[in-house]
Amino acid sequence: MSEWQSWPRFRYEAELDLRFPEEVASMPGGRALFACIQCGTCSGTCPLSTYMDYSPRKIIAMTRAGFKDEVLRSFTIWLCASCYACAVECPRKIKITDFMAELKQRAIQEDRDPKRFPVAVLAREFFNAVRKRGRSTESRLVLRLYAKTNPLKILNQARLGWRLLRTGRFGLRAESVRNRQQIEQLLRAVDAAKAITLVDKLAQKVARA
Amino acid sequence: MKYLYYPGCSLKGTNRAYEESVLAAFQALDLEVEELEDWNCCGATAYMAVDEMKSFALAARNLALAERQSKADGPTLIAPCSGCYLVLSKTQHYLEEYSEVSRTIDGALQAAQLNYTRKVHVRHPLDILINEIGVQTIAQRVRQPLAGLKVACYYGCQIVRPYAAFDDQVNPTTMDRLIRALGAETVDWPLKTRCCGGSLMGTLQEVGVPLSYILLKEAQKRGADVVATACPLCQFNLECYQDKMSRQFKERIEIPIVYFTQLLGLALGVPERRLGMHRLLVPFHLLHLRAARGGAHAHA
Repeated sequence: MSEWQSWPRFRYEAELDLRFPEEVASMPGGRALFACIQCGTCSGTCPLSTYMDYSPRKIIAMTRAGFKDEVLRSFTIWLCASCYACAVECPRKIKITDFMAELKQRAIQEDRDPKRFPVAVLAREFFNAVRKRGRSTESRLVLRLYAKTNPLKILNQARLGWRLLRTGRFGLRAESVRNRQQIEQLLRAVDAAKAITLVDKLAQKVARA
Repeated sequence: MKYLYYPGCSLKGTNRAYEESVLAAFQALDLEVEELEDWNCCGATAYMAVDEMKSFALAARNLALAERQSKADGPTLIAPCSGCYLVLSKTQHYLEEYSEVSRTIDGALQAAQLNYTRKVHVRHPLDILINEIGVQTIAQRVRQPLAGLKVACYYGCQIVRPYAAFDDQVNPTTMDRLIRALGAETVDWPLKTRCCGGSLMGTLQEVGVPLSYILLKEAQKRGADVVATACPLCQFNLECYQDKMSRQFKERIEIPIVYFTQLLGLALGVPERRLGMHRLLVPFHLLHLRAARGGAHAHA
């Protein structure tokens, strides 16, 4: 792919979502985003930037400019392997890895994550398994991932699966915490706290209007 | 002093050799370890991609359980898996730095009849071994020196980044010092913290395989006999896809990938089986290696 194709499509200013940068910056420590000097150290450090549709530096620039749809639909955010190399090197101390995680969350919430794209599918499957049982079982997770993305790939992995089975590294028994109810109470309480924060924000808006 | 131990999901599954070797090596050093009761998944990187606050809540439950279980005032919780180590440490940082996170998490813990007073010390086994036990003490306990063995020490990303609590972020040395104390040599290998691809190996293999291949090619080029790792995911990625790398890049990639605790255990005289050596897909036997070289101390 030649480089120009990965540039954001031409946009009129009216098409941009100027609330987007503010929304993203509301994450813990998120204001640092506005301190970015576009030096490109993140893109240069990232071992995955060659595979990305937009480099990490571009994602930051596009977020600040309001290219919400392009950013949330990008593959870049799902290619971040969370190795924190960029975050450590950033001269403005921007938590770039956490920023990528924030964008992943927003993409899922707004249903703009690429469908059947294995990274996003894995995140969702993992999330659901841990919510239900408190622990994840690798073997089951992998099987669900293949079932939901590309079932034929299981064949490709058959030899590895057999070798893991032989060395006692592959078991299908589902792991679980004993106190599942406690996990449920804990996670439900987080949802409740979020709902309250949301209502508070709305109330403030109404009061100002 | 008794340590609390947080295994995490991977050490109970595909990478149980890590658990086996951590426990056996610590026991050989007379260090008492007790598993955290009813621990839950730390949330790993994937949870942060879906709901970061819930990932903090999950990690905080483990921290609260650690305080409840331990009689010590500031219990030490050992987390050998890099992912778990990072998430537990990150949660502590966020609880400290951001009042909004702290408030929400305390409320959620309370709703689940839990309480966390911020007293747990999350530590990696490398940290304990080097900074608490010390290389000299460990060297004195060595029964079977690993003389002649050339080791590439691979730290991976998440035990030194972003927090670097016990080692240098760019050029960590704790594992190198430990391995040298066991009598082995460590090779100069600049990729010791470069990303192995993490979970991308499972999701986008075409991206994961080259990332791991770069590491192993360089380790082989620098004459390493074996790569020592400190993370279950790194071990899995580097070991399990060597045949794919060989095929894709048309060169022979074959090098054993072991946990640093397995080397430690071998040097301390722990039987191979108790260290989970039989679970390796690319076998590693000290005796075979020496025989091939024609003697215990002969090496190029």
